[in-house]
Formats: sequence, C-alpha cells, structure tokens
Amino acid sequence: MKIHEHQAKELFRRFAVPVPEGKAVYGVEEAVKAAKNLSGPVYVVKAQIHAGGRGKGGGVKLAKSLDEVKQHAESIYGMTLVTHQTGPNGKEVKRLLVEEGCDIARELYLGMVLDRSSQMVVVMASTEGGMEIEEVAEKTPEKIIKVYAPVTEGLEAYQARQIAFGLGLNGKQAGGATKLIMNLYKMFTSLDCSLVEVNPLVVTKDDQVLALDAKVDFDDNALYRHKDVAELRDADEEDPKETEATTYGLSYIKLDGKIGCLVNGAGLAMATMDTIKHYGGEPANFLDVGGGANAQQVATAFKIILSDPNVNAILVNIFGGIMRCDVIAEGIIQATKETEISVPLVVRLGGTKMEEGRRMIAESGLTITTAESLDEGAKKVVELSQGGVA
Amino acid sequence: MSILLDKDTRIVVQGITGKTGQFHTRLMKEYGSRVVAGVTPGKGGGHFEDIPIFDTVEQSVKQAGANASLIFVPPPFAADAILEAADAGAKLIVTITEGIPTLDMARVMDRLDGADLRLIGPNCPGVITPEIGKMGIMPANIHKKGPIGVISRSGTLTYIAVNQLTNLGLGQSTALGIGGDPIIGSSFIDILSLFEEDGETEAVVMIGEIGGEMEEEAAEYIRDNMSKPVVGFIAGQTAPKGKRMGHAGAIISGGKGTAEAKIAKMKECGITVSQLPTQIGATMSKLIGWKQ
Repeated sequence: MKIHEHQAKELFRRFAVPVPEGKAVYGVEEAVKAAKNLSGPVYVVKAQIHAGGRGKGGGVKLAKSLDEVKQHAESIYGMTLVTHQTGPNGKEVKRLLVEEGCDIARELYLGMVLDRSSQMVVVMASTEGGMEIEEVAEKTPEKIIKVYAPVTEGLEAYQARQIAFGLGLNGKQAGGATKLIMNLYKMFTSLDCSLVEVNPLVVTKDDQVLALDAKVDFDDNALYRHKDVAELRDADEEDPKETEATTYGLSYIKLDGKIGCLVNGAGLAMATMDTIKHYGGEPANFLDVGGGANAQQVATAFKIILSDPNVNAILVNIFGGIMRCDVIAEGIIQATKETEISVPLVVRLGGTKMEEGRRMIAESGLTITTAESLDEGAKKVVELSQGGVA
Repeated sequence: MSILLDKDTRIVVQGITGKTGQFHTRLMKEYGSRVVAGVTPGKGGGHFEDIPIFDTVEQSVKQAGANASLIFVPPPFAADAILEAADAGAKLIVTITEGIPTLDMARVMDRLDGADLRLIGPNCPGVITPEIGKMGIMPANIHKKGPIGVISRSGTLTYIAVNQLTNLGLGQSTALGIGGDPIIGSSFIDILSLFEEDGETEAVVMIGEIGGEMEEEAAEYIRDNMSKPVVGFIAGQTAPKGKRMGHAGAIISGGKGTAEAKIAKMKECGITVSQLPTQIGATMSKLIGWKQ
C-alpha cells in the first residue's frame, strides 16, 4: 500500500526523523492559512498524489511570499498532474502540502528496501540526491553506498555511520544523519514497510540533516497488525476495479489492450497474457481468479473485465486441478447467463475432467467458442478481437 | 530416488483441523502419502480420521515419528509455525500459506540460517514425488513417475508443465513449486543442486516469472554446475513495470526483474528456453530426444 508524502512525514515525526514544518491542506484558502503559521519567508507548495515525478510535472513550487503561496496553490490545487508515473491521463490534485522552505547545502538520497537475495533490509544512500536512484545505479553504481541489516539483529549504529561518512558528511552532520538513519530503520521494521525513500535527504546551511521528501510503501500482508497505517489508504489513488476485485478474492490489474483474460493462478495468468501477445493480440487485463474459481467469483470477474470499454473479446483459461473442470464449466455457464456478455467469449479448459467440462459448455446452447489448447484459444480470441471469425 | 520427499518421509500437518488442512490431508492420504500426525494447539489427544492430533510439533516428532511438516496455518501465525517445526527437528518444512508478512519471513530465514533442514515456500503448491507421495495441494492425477524434475515459482504453471510432460509420456522424478513470495525458503539453486545429485532425475524444467533476480542467479548456477539438460520458461513477458502481478514477488521494480532480461540470461547460460507456456513439454522431449 502506498501513502501520501504528508502522511509519510507524519510517521517520520513519530519516529523522530526530522522533516520541515508543514501542513496538509485541501483548498487554496487553507493553504494560505497554513503558510501564515509557518515561519517563512520561503514556502513550498507540493501536490499530494501517489505518483513520483511531481516536480517536473509542475506540482511542486517554491513561494517567496504569502501571495505567491496563494498563486501556486491556485495553480496546483485541482490541476491534473501528469508525470511519468501517472500515465497519460494524469491525476487530479485533491490535497496539498504547504511547507517551510530551507537553505539547502547538499541534496542526498536515502532508501531502504527488503532485499530478496540476501533476505535482509538493505539501506542505500547516494550523493546524487534528487536523481532517480535506478539511473544512478545504472550509470554510476560506485556512487551508491549499501549496508545490510539482518532483521533479527537490526541495523547497527556503525553501519549508519558508514553511510553518513560515506556521503562525505562532517562531524555534526554525520551525527544527525546517523540518528536519522537509525530511526528510519526502526520505523521500517516497526511498521512493516516494504520501501522507504527520502529523495532528497538534505543537509542545510546550518548543518541540519532532514527529509525533504518522503515515500513510504507498506507490505499489504502485514496491514492487519497496523490498523492506524491501514487507515491512511486513499481510495482516490486506487483503481476502483482493482479494489473491488480484491474484496472478492480476485487479483485484477487493468492494462491497455482489448482482450480480457480470466485465468486461475497468477503465473498462468501472466503466461496467458504472453501467449495472446505472441499471436498478435494485446491483453486488456491481468486477472487471477485464484485456485478455487467458483461461479460467484467467475461472474464477478466477468463483470469487472466487461466494465473496461476497450474489451472486445474474452479468453477464459482454466487449468482444473483439485477444482475440477466440470465444476468450473458450471460456474462459467451460470456466470455467462447472469452477466450479459456482449463480446465473443473463448473458453479453454484443461486438466482434471476437462472432457466433461468442454462437453457441458458445448451443450449449454451459449455462444461460447471452445479451444482445446491455450495456443488455439489465444489464436481464436485474437482473431475475434480483430473482427474475424474464429 | 527422488528429491525431498521419499518413502521415508513421515508427515505432520500443522493446521490439520482447518478446512484447507482437512481437505488436503484427505487427498494426500488417498494418494498414499504417509501422514502420521496433525498439530492444532489445544486439540491434542483427538484424531482427524485415523490420524492422531497433537498440541505441539515436538510431540508429533517424539510420539508419531514425524520428520517433515506441511503447514496450512493462517498468515499471522505461520512464521511461528515454521520455527516450531524447525525447532522440533523437522528436516523438510513445506509452507502452503499465502499472505505471510515479508518481514516475518525475513526473520524466519534469519533464524534458520545454518539449520539442517529444507524449507519450501511459503505461498507454494508443495512437493510431489509421483507414486511415493505428495505434500501439498497439487492435483496428483496429472503426475506420472519418470525422469524429469520440475521446479517453478507458480502453482498452476507447474501443473500445466507437468500435464504436458505426462501427456508426452515424460514422467517426473519430483515436481515442486518454491513459492510466489519475495522471500522464500528455497531458491531455484537450492533445488537444482538436489536434482543434479539425484540419480533418477535426467533433466529439469525450471519455470520462473518476473521479479527479483533468482532466475538469473539460477542460470549462472546451471552453466557452472549442472550436467543435466534444463528447459526454462519465464512468465510475465507482457507485464507492466511497477505492478504486482498477483504474486507478491512478481513485480518489475527499478527496471530489474523483467522477462526479457531473464530469458536473455538463461539463453546465454545454455538453457533451452520455451517461448510459449504451451511448448514446455515439447521443448523438453525434443531436447532429450524422447520418442513416445
């Protein structure tokens, strides 16, 4: 789960990680009022959306007076912000963060993530603050400092110092940075974060080290034990269809193609998309109905797939294991009757009791195209999607 | 021979009285697996069908001779269940549970560092050695005894690969899913090394997916250490960046973990890559010159 910058900074404060004074607001007047309570004379108005790249998109502006705060708040609040992460349609800005400006001497990068290979938390830092870390990693990997913390023992202070001095900080700055890194690590593990990024981490002209930006993602599997964190969810930032799918135990991700896919199992769902692409089609979605795939789930899955107006054909690919194909066929038939499916439907059933399942679909009287193999199913659905007859 | 699961494997099912535990324990028994005990804290002394239930894994080891544990415990308690099985002396621990917090698994792996056991999963279908037994939730009927080792990060993709192999007359020595989570007990390399040593396994199918770098590491391992032929497949060639494709581990982040990079690396290391999921069996039969 992702959260907003201002929420992340609230959590930073709770863990004694220094951040600039600031307040989240939901309107222009409120923005000016918030700025009046800050000491100034420089303010920053920042769009609060989950996507990165806000500065380049015109969503972050520096103000040198309260009038300018008003001006910038007017331009940013309600704007549709387009960044490399929002997609071409952008995202409407519905909240702002108004912050005190600071005198920046250096911009650095600090990040923490659970590393899959070492199975430890890796703390990364770089002198190239403000840059995309992937870019730094690719072009100048030697500029990234990494230390690894085994989660049972945690991060040691010397490791945090290695980073601080590795970044070339002087005595006072390094002291502040070490404390900041230790506290941030504590937050990472206490709240089950999956990613924490401070980009930039800044050193001010009076040697303070603070988090000018804050990005925090959480492990969805651990939200059950952090109710307060779970409440930070912003439904506006999520695809309502993906959220609906989750409540029915389905995993759905909308894509840009025209062929809807309904598959059991995440790996097989990806492989089905790949096969469609191989035969010249473009998948409209990833959808995993899970191992069970009962009639109710299949019906909901059809409904979600069809809510995408781009979909002009659907491929169902189910491999019956413990859940037999005849049971699944029954679900598909029932769901097809309940949901008005206005586009061609291709069904491929494999595995346990597949002959029975295929026969039931063939005898259902419904206009469903059946396929013996995934290859055949993919070819047929691509033809149908392109207006042909399978 | 086979790997992991053989005729001496004596299984205890942790979470045997739950709905999933009961269902799959029955199917495992039907297939002939030796389920010798169940564990549900507070229900010790009872039975599930004819299987004795214990309060702790330790009791099941001491009193029923269990040496391997299969875990169906819900996510909040699963990490604890794994550690309990490990401390009780189980040599093989298979964790089916999906949705365990990642930091819990990091803690488990930290604690198990250097322990003399093998953890498979979590979020996996389990392990099957055809005609010997199964420890997991896979459909047994599609399997057939034979010379191919199958290893995968995904459940249903394992099944379709096994199905293709069986239909071509190619049986399996052992087939298993290692799990779709970011942190799992056994990597491809851990299992590949077992297949390399196994006398019955003649060739291996390895099915990976986007996310992480486990497939790349495995490819190098195969190039440097394996004499047996390997057929590979990677799911997620069309997956967009930054989106988690069902499995918590299946996400392309920071430009790493793409299918293209994995496939390129596998080819470079001498692995025969099946471009389509439907060609895995056929690719293998061609590679080893198998004629039905």
